[in-house]
Amino acid sequence: MELVTPEIGLVFWTTISFLILLFILGKFAWKPILGAINERENFIEDALQKAEAAKDEMSRLTNENEALLKQARAERDTILHEAKKVKDQIISEAKEAAHTEGARMIELARIEINNQKAIAMADVKNQVASLSLEIAEKILRKQFEDQQKQEELVSQLLKEVKL
Amino acid sequence: MNNSSILNSKNFRHLFIYAVFLIASVLPTLSFAQENDTNGEAKKFNPKEAILEHIADKHSWHLFGKAFIPLPVILYTDKGLETFLSNKLESAEKGQEPIYHGAYYNYKADHNKIIVVNNNGELDAAANKKVLDFSITSNIASMWMAIIILLLVFFNVRSAYTKREGKAPKGLQSLIEPVILFVRDDVAIPNIGVKYTKYMPLLLTMFFFILINNLLGLVPFFPGGYNLTGNIAVTFTLALITLLVVNFSGNKYYWKHIFKPDIPFWLYPIMVPVEMIGIISRPFALMIRLFANITAGHIIVLSLISLIFIFNTLWISPISVVFVVFMDVIELLVAFLQAFIFTMLSALFIGMAVEEHHH
Repeated sequence: MELVTPEIGLVFWTTISFLILLFILGKFAWKPILGAINERENFIEDALQKAEAAKDEMSRLTNENEALLKQARAERDTILHEAKKVKDQIISEAKEAAHTEGARMIELARIEINNQKAIAMADVKNQVASLSLEIAEKILRKQFEDQQKQEELVSQLLKEVKL
Repeated sequence: MNNSSILNSKNFRHLFIYAVFLIASVLPTLSFAQENDTNGEAKKFNPKEAILEHIADKHSWHLFGKAFIPLPVILYTDKGLETFLSNKLESAEKGQEPIYHGAYYNYKADHNKIIVVNNNGELDAAANKKVLDFSITSNIASMWMAIIILLLVFFNVRSAYTKREGKAPKGLQSLIEPVILFVRDDVAIPNIGVKYTKYMPLLLTMFFFILINNLLGLVPFFPGGYNLTGNIAVTFTLALITLLVVNFSGNKYYWKHIFKPDIPFWLYPIMVPVEMIGIISRPFALMIRLFANITAGHIIVLSLISLIFIFNTLWISPISVVFVVFMDVIELLVAFLQAFIFTMLSALFIGMAVEEHHH
């Protein structure tokens, strides 16, 4: 029976001691400890949220970058394509121009050659004519040195002339 | 077959270490035996008396062997306060406690109680009723020691929080923090709900107070080995605090549930008294549960040790010690479990009192 009878002394001292302990711990231990734990939990929560946001932002940026890259690549392709076209065009144009110019120059050359040839031919003809005349003169001079031959020819000629 | 390999095996070494420990652990119990032997060879060992003596509150603090720390005796009598040291009530020879002649009455130690006696050493029943014992007993002294330990621990932890603000816990702090979080997240919040912050200091103090006293109670030598949480006065006080807190925080729904429940009016004569008994019976169960669990654990451990003296042979000691170790391990669990249950049920009752109903 003594075991289950609360003793007044122990009840009294336990009450006082427990309440003092409750007061001291409540004021100087639990309050700052729980406050610090709460603060840290909030901080961790906050940090996690920020990390999540940063991750989202990161993936958004990555996507954007990728899109930009794709666009840039496409642009580069079109630019290269166009450049190639322009190059081809320029080359073909140049070729054509060179061709026509060549043809023109050849034509001019031919005309010039022909002209020169005509001039040369005329010269040659004149030369030949004068040479022929000289030769003929020389031959005639030789043939008509003798008087008899001259009269013969005149007579022949006179015969031929039919009046 | 070569048997020498058994000696080299790891298991054998383990067994050997265990055996040495078992034998060593028997040695303190020898002093227990000698203590009883001094009462005379003829006196037979009485386990009930010895066990009750060991779990009871005492007026002096046992150090070791026959060394005791005397504690102040404070008696509140109808004529005034009487204070003296407890060693005035002891004598070298057991069984012959001297009579202390105080200012108002004469006192004598009867087992662990102080009784008022007349000059011949006989009980003065009329005067005995007028004297209240407010002595600092061994339980109170050890409770204060436990309180000092708690204060040291938690002031250390607090300084860790202020010094390492916002950082991960370290050292003692990382041992305590999960327990605090356990009380908050698994005891207070699920049972009380959003209003839990107000009750956190009480629940935490209760939990750690019960826990440390349970654990120190398991240590078989000074400064542990007392039976504070297995003392009905202490569990009564703790349960009384729960009772007061629950009823002072009770809202109108709580009181309506007791005095005006939603039942046919002719049931009121039955239900209202039942509910009013419930106010008392819940903390009463708390008180009995903690007291019975801790006291029972101590009694079982002491009974197993007593086997040695009942059989009066040292050869039984390995069995005793094996069972005591087994019981101590269970008691370690019980120490945590009872602190948890007491706190959790307190939180549950508070939760019932502050719960908002939306009918």
